[in-house]
Amino acid sequence: MRLIDETGAVVADDPPLPAPEVLLEGYRGLVFARRLNDQAGALVRQGRLAVYPSSHGQEACQVAAAAVLAETDWLFPTYRDVAAIAARGVDPLDVLVMLGGDWHCGYDPVATRVAPQATPLATQLPHAVGVGHAARLKGEDTVVMALCGDGATSEGDFHEALNFAAVFASPVVFLVQNNKYAISVPLARQSAAESLAAKGVGYGVPAVRVDGNDLAALIVVLTEAVARARRGEGPTLVEADTYRIQAHTNADDPSRYRTEAEVDEWRPRDPLLRMRAHLVATGVLTPEREAELAAAAEEMAAHVRAGMGRESAPDPAELFAHVYSTPTPQLREQAALLAAELNEVQA
Amino acid sequence: MIQALNRALHDAMAADDSVVVFGEDVGPLGGVFRVTDGLTAAFGEQRCFDTPLAESGIVGMAVGMAMNGMRPVVEMQFDAFAYPAFEQIVSHVAKLGNRTRGRVRLPMVIRVPYGGGIGGVEHHCDSSEAYYAHTPGLLVVTPATNTDAYGLLRAAIEHPDPVVFLEPKRQYFTREELDAGPVPPIGRSVVRREGRDATLIAYGPSVPVALAAAEHGAAEGRDLAVVDLRSIVPFDDETVTAAVRRTGRAVVVAEAPGFASVASEIAARVSERCFHYLEAPVRRVTGFDVPYPPPKLEQHHLPGVDRILDAVDDLQWEEA
Repeated sequence: MRLIDETGAVVADDPPLPAPEVLLEGYRGLVFARRLNDQAGALVRQGRLAVYPSSHGQEACQVAAAAVLAETDWLFPTYRDVAAIAARGVDPLDVLVMLGGDWHCGYDPVATRVAPQATPLATQLPHAVGVGHAARLKGEDTVVMALCGDGATSEGDFHEALNFAAVFASPVVFLVQNNKYAISVPLARQSAAESLAAKGVGYGVPAVRVDGNDLAALIVVLTEAVARARRGEGPTLVEADTYRIQAHTNADDPSRYRTEAEVDEWRPRDPLLRMRAHLVATGVLTPEREAELAAAAEEMAAHVRAGMGRESAPDPAELFAHVYSTPTPQLREQAALLAAELNEVQA
Repeated sequence: MIQALNRALHDAMAADDSVVVFGEDVGPLGGVFRVTDGLTAAFGEQRCFDTPLAESGIVGMAVGMAMNGMRPVVEMQFDAFAYPAFEQIVSHVAKLGNRTRGRVRLPMVIRVPYGGGIGGVEHHCDSSEAYYAHTPGLLVVTPATNTDAYGLLRAAIEHPDPVVFLEPKRQYFTREELDAGPVPPIGRSVVRREGRDATLIAYGPSVPVALAAAEHGAAEGRDLAVVDLRSIVPFDDETVTAAVRRTGRAVVVAEAPGFASVASEIAARVSERCFHYLEAPVRRVTGFDVPYPPPKLEQHHLPGVDRILDAVDDLQWEEA
């Protein structure tokens, strides 16, 4: 489904577009997400982040995923969904803790209702089903938004999660960001299916294919999927057709597996440029508002730079603190050993 | 033991609404071993339910339910059928508390009917404890008596951390009255039999074998102590060390393949802690390093009384 084309023109009016203020807020999210990607890329080059998987080009999926959720809903992100977590309201500095190497997760998943970023593919999807199933048993109307990429659709856990969610009518929205590559492996080698959405048929899960660079269409589709889940009608599979413009991470060399011409084909379909064109044409985005957004995004980037610029020194004692709710005798011995070693070094 | 486990599940579900039981065939059928018998009838299908046949999905769903305030108890139908869930267990069940600096705790129990000696076909008799014990973040317990089966399962369900609960299939059909004593805390081993000459260290299905060996040993003039670990993780060094120091000799008994095993770990720990008390090297009597054998060969694989007593004889007795 597509509502707004690459020039910003409205190409469909059924279902109707989201309200202008919703789109403007979404655009703000895109500007912040793009700025965060750029800033994180710079931090990788400065050695402040160990790694960063860019979501440049697919920000609309992530912004929409966060935008359609209520405060009590849950988001299950992957490692590439930093922008989605930040759009959910988590301080980007806390999101970047994992990629910065201080700890494996820098925010409180329960307080933020954002699961830790998953690095193995698809393993978070059964967790999402469990959170949703528990919510139903407890009589809550919580919905879970579970993100994954095209590569994850080949994993067993993707299939088990869809099947479980369908059988239990779990309130889960599965959003597949089909960005065409799993590191270097193209979609054609990932799946022989007509589309990734087609996989929903086998599980009895309604599926929708949406232009993943069209923020308006994404918001409409995901809003309905969330509403459906909240009504107790079960999961929806959404395939967002998008493209990863940049390398998988800083360690990747995309010239080995795709042509620059292919990337160039996707550049004009940029979700940010498209929404900007639409909002400017409809008079919603004035130069003043645009300047305000840019300034706010710069402020966020400066906050990230300042935070990541500080030398951090995680406490070695923390190695043993969280393995169990109470350290075992063996861990207490090992903690004492490390403390003694550190004291010796200091002395 | 089946009735003890069933009663533990029943009592835990009655005591706490957040306890839910699910897995393959655990609902109306009551589990292939009937450990969950009657739970759906008593508590409804919201509290005890069948899932699609997918172990990774079962454990993964339990992770999410525990994240959202429930206490799932899941059944892996047989030891080797748990391996499709291995990634969920080692990458997520074990690590989520640590990843989140303790903000997310997973109070969940993974019940695994394990071990051999029942004439089971392939993939029904593995001893998988070393995989779990090797993974930081998991608690690993295995009862040897019906009283412990009840108490340890109650303790496991109440524990804030994830517990791999290994149920020795060989003891499923033993009948003995439950002692109505206090629930043993996870992490405490127990001396099942005092003795002066050597200490047999065993857990789960090997405890009755070790006790039988001690009986036979007594007839041959060997006074053997038997320690039942009950908990593999955390490991009760205190009880084991004290027992071995009293006897100066030790044999570890376990039916899992011995190489890189829990038995190896125990032998190493005992050697480190009791070196000056030991009269002989610590011996291991374990299963062979072979895939679990077909039913007609398993009696050759499993440590039996004779093999244990031969090892005891090998502990360089002065009179020998």
